[in-house]
Parts: sequence; C-alpha cells; structure tokens
Amino acid sequence: MRQVVIIGGGVAGLEAAGFLGKMGHQVVLLEKEKAVGGHVGKWDRLFPNRRQGSEVMDFIRKKMDEKVSIITEAGIKSIDTSPDGYAVVLTNGEAIRADAILLATGFELFDARKKEEYGYGIYDNVITSADLERIFREEGKITTADGQAPQKVAFVHCVGSRDEKAGNVYCSKVCCVTGVKQAIEVKEMMPAAKVYSFYMDIRMFDRHFEELYIEAQQQGITFIRGRLSEVYEDQGKVQCKVEDTLTGKPMKVTVDLLVLLVGFMPSPETKRLAGMLKINIGSDGFVLPIDGHISQNETGVPGIFLAGAVTGPKCIATTLSDARSAALQIDQYLKTK
Amino acid sequence: MKKEGKEYIWKDYQKEIAEDKYFYVRSCVRQNFFPGSEWAFQKILREELKKDLFENAAHTSCTGIGYHTEIVPFETMMTVVARQFALMTEAGYEHFVSSCITSFGIYSEILETWEHFPETEARAHQYLKEATGRDFIKPKNLAHTGDIIYKFRKEIVAKGKYRLVHHQTGEPLKIVEHIGCHYSKMFPHRGIGGAEYPYVLVGMIEDWGGKVVDYPERRHCCGFGFRQYIVRANRGYSIACSRKKFESMEPYHPDAILTNCPGCPMFLDRWQYAISEMEGKTYGENGHGIPVLTYEELAGLVLGYDPWDLGLQVHQVPVEPLLDKIGIPYDPSKKFLGKDGRDLGRPEAPHFLKFYKES
Ligand SMILES: Cc1cc2nc3c(=O)[nH]c(=O)nc-3n(C[C@H](O)[C@H](O)[C@H](O)COP(=O)(O)OP(=O)(O)OC[C@H]3O[C@@H](n4cnc5c(N)ncnc54)[C@H](O)[C@@H]3O)c2cc1C
Ligand code: SF4
Repeated sequence: MRQVVIIGGGVAGLEAAGFLGKMGHQVVLLEKEKAVGGHVGKWDRLFPNRRQGSEVMDFIRKKMDEKVSIITEAGIKSIDTSPDGYAVVLTNGEAIRADAILLATGFELFDARKKEEYGYGIYDNVITSADLERIFREEGKITTADGQAPQKVAFVHCVGSRDEKAGNVYCSKVCCVTGVKQAIEVKEMMPAAKVYSFYMDIRMFDRHFEELYIEAQQQGITFIRGRLSEVYEDQGKVQCKVEDTLTGKPMKVTVDLLVLLVGFMPSPETKRLAGMLKINIGSDGFVLPIDGHISQNETGVPGIFLAGAVTGPKCIATTLSDARSAALQIDQYLKTK
Repeated sequence: MKKEGKEYIWKDYQKEIAEDKYFYVRSCVRQNFFPGSEWAFQKILREELKKDLFENAAHTSCTGIGYHTEIVPFETMMTVVARQFALMTEAGYEHFVSSCITSFGIYSEILETWEHFPETEARAHQYLKEATGRDFIKPKNLAHTGDIIYKFRKEIVAKGKYRLVHHQTGEPLKIVEHIGCHYSKMFPHRGIGGAEYPYVLVGMIEDWGGKVVDYPERRHCCGFGFRQYIVRANRGYSIACSRKKFESMEPYHPDAILTNCPGCPMFLDRWQYAISEMEGKTYGENGHGIPVLTYEELAGLVLGYDPWDLGLQVHQVPVEPLLDKIGIPYDPSKKFLGKDGRDLGRPEAPHFLKFYKES
C-alpha cells in the first residue's frame, strides 16, 4: 500500500488525509503542535454564516478512518530522497517512508508588534482579531484591561497586509470579512457600544460576504475609510489618529478597545521545509505551485504536493477544495508511479 | 501600558556606539540657542570621562537646513559631508560624532545612500577631489552626541551630585522626552530604541532617577518641522504644533522636557513664552512654564555644574522651578553676568510667564 505523509494538521492537512484514506492510501499526518486543527481550531464562530468553528472541525475529523495515523508534536529533522520516494526523519530519529508528501503547513499570523506605531503588546487595550476569537470562545464577554465593558471599540483593517513597510504587499483576503463579522458580534454582545472600522478598501470577495457588510452597516457600525497612522494610550483609553480619506480630514478617535485585523504570513518553518524539498517560494514568501491557474497543488518536484494556506491566504471553503484537489492529484500520481 | 512591550522593541534597536576617540562636529545653531550645551558635552567627555574628543575648527555646517528647504542640492550636501569625513580621516579618527540631529540625519542619509548606490559614493570622492584635492574614508562608527551621553549615562550619574528626584519628597521627577525627527524616524535602526519608542532619552531619565511621562502627543512634531518655521507664512502651524503638545502633556504635570535636537528645545522653550503672551496661558505650576533642557544641560546639572555656566539663563522658560525641585543651588544675582563678570542686562519680563528676578 502506498503511503502519503502530510505535513500540517490544519483543515487542509486533515481534509486531504480523510480523502486519501478513503481512496485507500495509508496516511501519516505530522502536526508540530500538541493537537491538530491549525488556526480554525482557534476560531469561535466563522464567517460568513457564524456557525461554530468546532462544527467544521467535527465534520472534517469524522472523515478520518484507521488508515490515517496522526503524530502530534512532530519535529521534522530532514527529508531524504530514497529509491522508492522519500524518508521523513523526525527529530526523535524515527524515519517515515513516503511515496508522496503533502505540504499543508498553512500560515502564521502577522506579529502585530511589528506595527510598532499601533502599540500591540504595549498598550493594554490593543488586541488582535485572533485574541478576540479567543475571548469569544473562552470568556464569552469582552472587557477592557481594567474589567470594564468597552463603550467604544474600533477595528483596524490590513494590519501587516497591503503594507510595503511591513514587507507584505499582498492582501490577506479574509481579514475584511473577519473584521465585519467580529464588529457585528461585538455590537450584538453590547448593543450600546459604538463600533468603528478603519479600512483601506472593504474586500468582500466571496458569496454572502457583501450581505454581512450590509448587515454591519444596518447595525450602525461606522466604517471610516482611512489608514490608522498611530495609536496612543491616554489614561487607559486608546487614541487613534487616522485620516478620513473620503473627506480628506485627519481625525482623532478615542476608543476603549482597539482590534487589529492581523493578516497571513508565510511561516519560517515552511521556508525551511521548502528548502529541504527544493520547491520554490514566491516573492510574497508563500510556496509557489507549478502553475497558479492550472496546477495549484503541484510543485514541479515529483511526489511533492501543496494544499491550503501554504500557497497564500485562503478561507476555509477554498482551503478544503484545495485539499480535496491535492488528494486527487496525489491519488493520480500514486497510481501512475 | 506594558513596559515589556517596549523592551521587546528596544532590543531590536541597539546600535553600536564607539567607546573612545571621537571626531566631533558641531551644530550650526545650537551655540546660539543653548550656548552651554556643546561646552558641557566637551567638558563631560574630556574631564569626566577622559575620552579623546577631537575637533577641527575647519569643519562647517552640514548644510542640512539648506538641504531640507531645497536650497542646497543633494550633490552639494554630499560633497560637504565628504569634506567633513576627509577632515576626520586626515586627523586619524574613525568615529564621527555629530552634535546636531539634523546633521546626524544627513550623515545617516548619505551613508545609507552610499551603501545602496556605490556609484554615488564614487561621485562624492570625485567631486571632493576636484573641489579640494582631498579624499576620505567613511566613518567606522556614526553617533549623535546624545548617543554618547546615553552610552555613559551610568558613569555620569555615578560621578554626579544630583539625581532627578524631588529633594524633599524623594519622588522621581516627571520628565517628558522629545526626540528630534531626524534621529530615527528616517532610519529607525540608527537610533537607540527605534522610531516609535526611542529609548535614548528614556535611558538617561530613568538611570538618573526620573520618570518618563507618556502623553498622547508624544510623537507629534515639536513645532520646528523646517518648513513650518522657515517658511514665514507657515509659522502659525509651528506654534500650533507646539501648543498641541503642551496641551497634551499638561494634565501629566511634567517637571521638565528633555530633548535631543537643536530645533526642538528652541521651539518648545520659546513658544511657551509666545503662547503665554498670545493667550495668557502657561503650562507649568503656578504660572511657570515647563523648563526645557538639552541632554548635555541635564547631564551637566546631574554632575553638579553651575546652572549659569550651562547657559540656562538664556532659556525663555526659567529653569529655576526645576533647580528648586532637585535642590540645585544657584545665585540669582549672577544669572545675567557674562563669563567675565560683566552685567549683561536684564531681558524684558514676560507678561504672564513667571520670571525669576533677583531676590
Ligand atoms: C483571524 C482569522 C479568522 C479567520 N476566520 C475564518 C472564518 O471565519 N471562516 C473561514 O472560512 N476562514 C477563516 N479564516 C481563514 C482560515 O483560518 C484558513 O483558511 C485556514 O486556517 C487554512 O488552513 P490550513 O490548514 O491551510 O492552515 P493552518 O490553519 O495554518 O494549519 C496549518 C497547520 O500546520 C501545522 N504546521 C505548520 N508547520 C508545521 C511543520 N513544520 N510540521 C508539522 N506541522 C506544521 C500548524 O501547526 C497547523 O496546525 C480566518 C483566518 C484568520 C487569520
Ligand atoms: S482582506 Fe481587507 S483587511 Fe485583509 S488585507 Fe485585504 S483589504 Fe486588508
């Protein structure tokens, strides 16, 4: 029986594992963390329909059968070429044979501390969208650092994305809709709160996203087109300096809580693995497939495939389609090998 | 506010500062604005720290103000800078220290340009050779004089007589720090602490016993901003900028403002007077202003130098409230005496800003 090693146990890796197992292949899934699930495992409710993230995870997990074995806390030491494929050597010395490898190592969140002027990690009431998901999931209520219910909350789009200074010119695609979803959730939790959103463009690229945006406007969320220039803390409150680029006016908005919508970053770990596998990295740092239109899952290196956010920002639906497509390609490859 | 967050950023912006053997270049304006500052720097370096500080009287302005107001073209400015470097090379020095933030920005800009465009550096050699017959080697280390005081801040306080604490209450004095734009906003890695949360003055204040005041308009322009002042029609912007800062820091009751640039102390000091005359408003306690100091002046006070030797009498905002808090003695009758003991006369007293007269 052919064996596929999948590196990365996010939704991309898990979905591909389930499909490959069903196709009759033996699968070893390597996950570096204590548990699989990747980023989606950390989200509370998902856009666009606000279903629980855990529901999606359960759906994906159900597809796994005994053909899939999962190794968590797996560190990869090297990937060696062998006469019949590859050998993935773990840091504990174990070598795992692979007829094909699927790289599904996903992304990293942009480290908001790098946008120094926004004060993440310095000002008490500046958090990220990922922090807010954790708060939704674990705490169920939003408070400022001193335990008060915030009366004014602002969201900042494009933190670490579309930002040459941060070294990332690409759009992270999902942060606009995440921000709009979260703004609605904040408003639902605290109807009296004033909610602002500072955006460059609102990019609602997928089905039902625009409806969510309209809903946000109907709920009274104030969308201000303008890039935040700096943030300051004043007696516990967060002062935001921003230019309203539609009216051409500089503004100062004081809020109790500021949420930075952090984007996708290619992970250094992926870069290391790409070096071992001799596959290409694009100018944006994400792994390059052989052809952006017609071969999204192939790398040009025989037996090495890609799925999910490892090739750039994606929402869950696209990630899952990409994973299934990768599973099909791997199946084809193994059949002809 | 989480200090660890700032410390995380600071560790990325630690620049190397040479230990000794400095070639020193002055600012073209500081001696007029704050006449004791450069004197104090030289005294501290040579007499307190026993460092080799060399100055060549043939050095000139860096042309920075002309360059930033688009009067002096880049190539001219670059050749003048090349000449300063040639003077350093001829004197056998490798560590270039600039007293001015604008100049520090100019030197940084030139060195960065040369690093990225070696053909431009080659042109600088050519122009300098043609114009003066000189050649130069680039400095091994470029620092601002504030960086040097920062580097030796612990030695200074160890030798010092005073600390930035209220001599009666023992409370740390609250100090606003203001960093010149050209120190690190253009090249964050060339400034200690980077551009957003520069550490250079914070380090001095904290190690000398004071407490830094964080206030909303900390990053806002001091009011100089070249065009805001040099273009006469824009001077309203200049004073409006300074006013915005004073209004923002006022609720935090700062005891002093510490600066590292020639322009900033000038504007933060003089505009307090102008605002008081225009609006009757003062920002310090009981009708006083907030004293504004350069880092050399503050280092000099810590070391116990006479305030009048440091030139503090030419500040528009009287510094006596700060001296009183620290417990530094001063002789009011000597405030307006020249170095030779001659009476230089009294300036006209402002209408609102409290002005210390001879008791
Ligand atoms: C704030 C935010 C909210 C979002 N909300 C939504 C939403 O509501 N709806 C939606 O459709 N999309 C949402 N997304 C997008 C969604 O998170 C991605 O589509 C999805 O995570 C991509 O899955 P992935 O498996 O490709 O990558 P990841 O989720 O990043 O998973 C990659 C996995 O690989 C593992 N890994 C990495 N390197 C190694 C290695 N060397 N060895 C072993 N394992 C490794 C990681 O630990 C991780 O488990 C959101 C994104 C963000 C940033
Ligand atoms: S999706 Fe929106 S917030 Fe995210 S990078 Fe693109 S434009 Fe910016």
